[in-house]
Amino acid sequence: MTFRHALLALVVGAVLAANPARAVDLAIVSGDTGNGQRILRQILDQYEKKTGNKVTVVPVPPSGTDQFGQFRLWLAAGSSDIDVYQTDIIWAPQLAKQLVDLTGATKDVVGAHFPSIIQSQTVDGKLVALPIFTDAPALYYRKDLLDKYGAKVPTTWAELAGTARLIMDKEREAGNKDMWGFVFQGNAYEGLTCDALEWIKSNGGGQIVEPDGTISINNPQAAAALEMARSWVGTISPPGVLAYQEEESRGVWQTGNAVFMRNWPYAYALGNSQGSPIKGKFEVTTLPPGSGEGARPAATLGGWNLAVSRYSKNPDAAIELVKWIASPQMQKYRALKGAYLPTIQALYEDADIASAQPVIPRWKGVVLNAVPRPSAQAKSRYNEASSKFWTAVHNTLSGEGTAADNLADLEFSLTRLKGTAW
Amino acid sequence: MVTSPRQSSLLTRQRARSAWLFLAPMLIVLAAVAGWPLLRTIYFSFTDASLADLEARRWVGFANYFSVLQMPSGRVIHEGLLADPVWWRAVWNTVRFAVISVTCETVLGMIVALALNAEFRGRGIVRAAILIPWAIPTIVSAKMWQWMLNDQFGIINDALLRLGLISTKVAWTASADTAMVAILIVDIWKTTPFMALLILAALQMLPQEIYEVARLDGVSPWKVFWKVTLPLVRPALMVAVIFRGLDALRIFDLIYVLTPNNVHTKSMSVFARENLFEFDKFAYGSAASTLLFVILALSTMLVLRFGRVRLDKEY
Repeated sequence: MTFRHALLALVVGAVLAANPARAVDLAIVSGDTGNGQRILRQILDQYEKKTGNKVTVVPVPPSGTDQFGQFRLWLAAGSSDIDVYQTDIIWAPQLAKQLVDLTGATKDVVGAHFPSIIQSQTVDGKLVALPIFTDAPALYYRKDLLDKYGAKVPTTWAELAGTARLIMDKEREAGNKDMWGFVFQGNAYEGLTCDALEWIKSNGGGQIVEPDGTISINNPQAAAALEMARSWVGTISPPGVLAYQEEESRGVWQTGNAVFMRNWPYAYALGNSQGSPIKGKFEVTTLPPGSGEGARPAATLGGWNLAVSRYSKNPDAAIELVKWIASPQMQKYRALKGAYLPTIQALYEDADIASAQPVIPRWKGVVLNAVPRPSAQAKSRYNEASSKFWTAVHNTLSGEGTAADNLADLEFSLTRLKGTAW
Repeated sequence: MVTSPRQSSLLTRQRARSAWLFLAPMLIVLAAVAGWPLLRTIYFSFTDASLADLEARRWVGFANYFSVLQMPSGRVIHEGLLADPVWWRAVWNTVRFAVISVTCETVLGMIVALALNAEFRGRGIVRAAILIPWAIPTIVSAKMWQWMLNDQFGIINDALLRLGLISTKVAWTASADTAMVAILIVDIWKTTPFMALLILAALQMLPQEIYEVARLDGVSPWKVFWKVTLPLVRPALMVAVIFRGLDALRIFDLIYVLTPNNVHTKSMSVFARENLFEFDKFAYGSAASTLLFVILALSTMLVLRFGRVRLDKEY
């Protein structure tokens, strides 16, 4: 009998502890850097004041690879220590099995977000993460240098290469020896997948894996796009671009040593910050298209989302927290404080945002035309597919094999990875 | 413990018992933190485990290592780690790295040790200073070198340019030719002090009489080194080389920081990590870890066998 009593007491205790009316402790994991952590904390402070719940931020390294590995381990161990994960746009399909289905709980709010972003976070009809800010790259150009040499803002990749070459040569003749034409992210990593997807898509070469799962990468327009990028390395781009990630390219750009740069919006605020040598000397525009059939400007869709762990002890409170952080008010707060791009369409017409961060309204077109990486198609095999893709691209850029050969090999290995179905 | 039962007296039996008793805590901890994970990894390598759902794993035998598939078209495809060119590339990268780095470190370590073995003013300070690279955590030194090797802002390109040794900035970690060189430079910089210290310890144990005799007989210093010093420090040198060699074969942190995805530098450990955590191939990564373990164990045995090194011998 005593055992039964003890059991009863335990059950009652558990029921009481799970009572949603009581304040709960939540943990959110975020790899935001610099400003990001501070803004998140401010948003959480407002949430705590409103609900009485307490939220702890668990910081993780800024590297996406490190975060993903850590999240995988936590989820595989069924850890209840973390309630809410901040996930990259490409992770949700890979982690979907261990995330809570948010479809029902967010029915009232998803309509306000960009449909393409919601789509990217939907796996087998279930919404597994709610977007909190988005990311789409642009072409940064040195307005002062373009004006100085009477060059126009390039409208195709070929024009960009020509202008870059011209200004770079002239500037070098004038004694600016470290000047380069164009910097981008050429290191063998996820960033190269983003860059190369843009070259290929903008040249009418498809998007690696089409929405229906077909592997389309082996086509002449894709090969032409990669050959074009290969011709940049060592001419208008430094040979070291093959080891650059975002920060290395921004390093060259922000010290005033590049005419053009492909980068994410975060570089805009930093380039205009106090003490920046290029403050007020640059502008942004959409990435140019190629020349092939079906060419159009393309920007790879990035961005971050919040997902609730299936092992959370307080899933209801966690879902409420996610909705709070993703709400229009908080996305506006984030946009005003840190120039983060909202995922809520109406905010691009918001007057406060337009006056405080004039660059944001201009980004709406970029986000609307953004191309998703094939993470929804490749599901749990996305990271491997992406790694095969960036390896083929990196090999091409470093001159190991022609683009056509490398893409043929890539098609073969992607087909094997796919098997009978993704 | 090696005495046969016939010879063993009560005392030796007691001593053996207490030896086991003293060893027990250590053995238990080792079994828990090294033995158990190792067995689990080996077990997972024979399943199709995925980190998304570890419980749903099934036994697949040797499929992660090697399997032959007959396609409907009649084509035969070899699957598995042993048929994976990326894996063999990683093995080759690692072995090449290990051989070159350990060779350089041994030669340089010997030179440093011989220099430090001589009496000179300030020897203590120099000896402490030379250990600094070894004392810095690898992640920190790898990051530091990453910036030093940076093609645009790196101090190395700057210095070489100023000295006129190169005409354009070198993209050290970007190109296939220099990525491995960059990693070797950092590893040799970091680990030579370790080698030097081990060799120095052996040098300082050498009896001075032999050198006095050699000097009286007028033997050239070069000959003294080859005929006296080297044979005498050889046992200690071999132990140091084995330690370093095993360490080098499982190189991870340096490559993970400097060039994690570059196929020209990807090591076995980096390959295993990538499959375990980044790709949805936990079982495949486990198979890679298991093979890495087998390769390490085999090379240790080979070196011990052919290097005629007795780890239980006292020097």
